[in-house]
This record gives sequence, structure tokens and C-alpha cells, in this order.
Amino acid sequence: MALTEQDIARLARLSGLRLDSSDQTRARQELDRILGLIEELQAVDTAGVEPMAHPLAAHQDITLRLCDDTPEPPQTCEQRDAGMANAPAPHQGLFLVPTVIE
Amino acid sequence: MTQLSEFRSIQALGEALRARRVSAFELATDALRAARAYADPNVFLHIDDELTLEQARAADQALASGTAGPLTGIPVAHKDLFVTRGWRTTAASRMLANYVSPFDAAVVDHWREAGTVSLGKLSCDEFAMGSGNENAAKGPVRNPWDPERIPGGSSGGSAAAVAAGLVLGASGTDTGGSVRQPAALCGVSGIKPTYGTVSRYGIIAYASSLDQAGALARSARDLVPLLDRMSGFDPRDSTSLETCDGAANTAGRVQAAFDAAQAGFQAGGERPLAGLRIGVPREFFNEGLSAEVGAAVESALQVFESLGAARVDVSLPHTRLAIPAYYVIAPAEASSNLSRYDGVRYGHRAAEYSDLADMTSRSRSEGFGDEVRRRILVGTYVLSHGYYDAYYLQAQRVRRMIAEDFQRVLTSECDVIMGPVTPTVARRIGDNRQDPIADWLGDIYTLGVSLAGLPGMSIPCGFGGESGRLPIGLQLIGRYFDEGRLLALADRYQQATDWHQRIPGHA
Repeated sequence: MALTEQDIARLARLSGLRLDSSDQTRARQELDRILGLIEELQAVDTAGVEPMAHPLAAHQDITLRLCDDTPEPPQTCEQRDAGMANAPAPHQGLFLVPTVIE
Repeated sequence: MTQLSEFRSIQALGEALRARRVSAFELATDALRAARAYADPNVFLHIDDELTLEQARAADQALASGTAGPLTGIPVAHKDLFVTRGWRTTAASRMLANYVSPFDAAVVDHWREAGTVSLGKLSCDEFAMGSGNENAAKGPVRNPWDPERIPGGSSGGSAAAVAAGLVLGASGTDTGGSVRQPAALCGVSGIKPTYGTVSRYGIIAYASSLDQAGALARSARDLVPLLDRMSGFDPRDSTSLETCDGAANTAGRVQAAFDAAQAGFQAGGERPLAGLRIGVPREFFNEGLSAEVGAAVESALQVFESLGAARVDVSLPHTRLAIPAYYVIAPAEASSNLSRYDGVRYGHRAAEYSDLADMTSRSRSEGFGDEVRRRILVGTYVLSHGYYDAYYLQAQRVRRMIAEDFQRVLTSECDVIMGPVTPTVARRIGDNRQDPIADWLGDIYTLGVSLAGLPGMSIPCGFGGESGRLPIGLQLIGRYFDEGRLLALADRYQQATDWHQRIPGHA
């Protein structure tokens, strides 16, 4: 099943990627090839097989731990600043972005 | 001045350090000099003398006060996927070119607490996506055995640094073979433990249900303390295991299992591995396997037989399906994990943009390399409406079938599985540039282990290529939580062979 230009444009939008026209052509060729590769899965009889999300699920019962929904440890201004030190445009504890609402 | 290159094992160097014949500081000074002078400038992505020497001083204090352990003062380095305070952490991506973490990854903490001295950060494929270490923003890493060839990936910098003797141990991560494959192609020993035994806290996420930390070193014996000290339960990683088949998941577990296995082998005398059944999956010896890799693996199996082990023909019928299953699941998880790079909170932000959505997509397209963009697109596709069941859930069903194949064979037919790691020796840098999907097919022997979460390792077992100087790896696959016994088996092989002692330039 070959992908159309519209498919690629939609995928790029969903992926948050910007593809120019030569990128789109290449992406279409590559994805067609990759989909051909993974198409093989469709022919496998998996009736009655439960999807396996955790790699140890074939070996033992797995329940993922949940942590309490509490702040830990209490954050100081210094810790906040350290956490924001890699932000491209920080300002007084805020992340600046282009205007969203005029 | 004492040189790191005088020492071929962690044990030998550790003894010299504890006898105070050499200081961690002078060793670190020499190791920093060697790392900076090394012919391939792409192996290390960040070196900072002061950070390294500070750790060396702490190691010397521990050595002086008698609190030193087997890793105190040992020079190591970390794959750039582990976040570190001080050293930049880039995941070999333009996206994180200047990122400095406010905290250390759990593995980084554990190795520092064990007294290791880190020389800095090692290159890898961008966000660990790749099998050749060519997908790195600063350029490819070269194989120390032949600079025209890839070191393997994604932990290519880790394997190259160990092979070149720049460090005695390196951390790595393995999502689909990223520790075992570069270990094989660079002629070093590498282990990926059971999923959940080593904390993923502070490892930049690629595919969370597959990512697992591991270690690379010269020998299985060197890997024992490295893996032992990086392992352990961590409440900060929701997939971290509190127990491993009833045994507490703490430092000491791997060492104890290694010691117990060795004691059992010792009792066997001339035939230490008597009673051991080695499963050899016939699907691993398919038409894609090169003759020279097949021959080297066959010779290795004969060594194990001479040590008393018996060979059993086994079948892993869904081996081929590991490729499509992995290349659905891993990109799906990657597309989700990498959505966090939005140009707002950290990472690259484009210089020009029209609005918020444009800022995000321009930042991401500029920050990510080709392979990362490719996998995000594939992952987005298989998770999108209308395809989720057909691709993603179907891949997870096939994943269970693959895991159950291993489980059946390892519980009823054999004690360990052995086979090749890669179909061929290291290819030339640039060879697959026109066909980026070709590399994916080369992952066939390593992907199943990752999908099943099993422990696997690679040890050197010969050489191939026209020059006869390109390393070949033997893969050992154990039962769940069998890391200690795998390392002991590998050690028995390495006591009987000297492939692991060959070093580039002296083969």
C-alpha cells in the first residue's frame, strides 16, 4: 500500500516535523520500503495471543509501581532555576514562547 | 609516569592501586592525555580534566583510608545517553548540543560511589538509534581495528574506547543490540542484563519497554564488578525490579551468582562445564550469516564442548519476525518519548519561526538527524488512528510469541543459548548511506533478546575480513536474571582462549 503526498503531510504534522518537498519525496520512498518490511506481521496468525507490553510478562506477573502524587522533595527557587537552566528562553521562572492568544 | 596501557584488566590495575604502586590521580592524568591524543577525535564527546581529577582525588582518599573496593580508581567513561552533572549530555544529537543535566543518572551515581574515575562522555548513535555510530551529530566513530570501518552501534564510542584501551570499562545501553553488536565488532566483551535489573533513571529515553543499561569491558571477569555495581532496585524507575526471582535486586547479586557458578564449575575439574546444555538455534545459521562468522562461532562452540558442555539443536521459529516487530514497537515508543523535544523547556530552538507550532516543528526538524526523524515518522504512523491495531498491537502479540519461544527453549531444552551476534564483520563507514534500512536487517540475532527482556552478552571469538583483523563476537543468551552465570561461562571460555586479549595493532 503506497503512501500519498497527503499521507506524508499528515504524518509530518502529527510528528511535529517540518518536511520540505525533497524531504517529503525521500520520506515517502523510505516509509514505503519500511511498511513493506513490517507488512510481514499481518500474515502472522496471532489468534488468542495477548499483546505483550512488558518484556518480562512471559516470565512473571508484572504490575508497574505507581508513586504517590505528592511533590517530593519540596522545590526551592534554586532548584527551579537549575531545572530551567537549559531552557532556550526562560524569564523569571517562566518559559517564553511565541504569542498564542493576541 | 604510570600509563593506563600497562594494565590489561580491572583486577590487575585494582591490585596496583590498592598496593599504592600507582595513584588514581597519576593514572587519570595519563588517561586524560591519552584520550585527548587518540587518533579518532569523535570517540569522546566531552572531556573535562577538572571533573575527572576530582573523582581521582576521591579515589586516592579511599585508597589511603583503606575503604577502596574493586573499582576504586578504575578509569571508565559513559555513553552520552546517561545524564551527568558537569559533563554535557547530548545523546549525540544537535537537539541537545549544549544540554547539561541538573542530576546524575543512577548508573553514573552507582559507578562513582564504587570509586570509578570517569573520563567523560562517549559518542553513540543519535538517541541510540543506529547500528554503526554513524548517526552522530559530530560525525562517525571509527573502529580501532580499521579506521575505515564502523565500530557498531549504538554504543560505538563505548566499544571503541574499551578496544583502544582508553578506559577499562564503559557504560552502554541496549535497546535492540546496542551493547552486544558494537562489542562484537570491536572485539570487546559486553553484557545487557535482564530488563529491569539496572535503573533507567537518567538514561535519555528511546524505547522504554526495551531500553536497558549494560557494560562493556575487555573481559567477562572485568564486567562482573561493573555490572554488579550498576545493578539494583531504584524507586525512581517504574520498571525497576525489587526482586529477581526472589533474590533482592541489589549490588552483590551478580557477583554472588558469578561466584556460585564458578564454584560449581571448579568442582568439575578438567570438564568444568559437564552437564551444561548449550542451545544452538538453527534459525541463527541462516543464509544471511557470513561463512567466516559462522566458522568462528562453530569454533567457539567446540571450545565449550571441550570444557564438557553438550550442544543441543533448538528452534526459535519466530526469529525473523523480530525485525518487523522491533521496528514497529521501538519507533512507536520513540515517537512518543521524543515528543518532549519541543524547543520550549530544553533543547534546540529554531532561530526563526512564525508561531508556536512552527517553532516546534522547525526546532525538531533542525535538531534531529535523518534516522531519528525516520523513526519518529514510522512510530507516528503505526500509532495513528486506523493502524494501531494492525501494526502496534499485532507487533506486541508477535513479541509475546518471540518471548515464549525463548522461554520454552531455555526452560526445557537447554541452559544457555549461543550463536552469532552479527551476520558479518564490521562494514565500511558510509556503505549503507543510500539504503538506511539495510542496517536494520543486520540486527536479526540481537533483537529477539531485547524484545524478550533476556540477558545477553557478546564475547570475542575470532577474526575475519580480508585483513583477518576484524573482530567477530559470540552471543550468549541466558535465562531471566542469569547474568552472573553467563559471565562465569564467558570467563571459562576466556580462560581457554585469548581472543579477548588481542588489541588493535597487535593482532
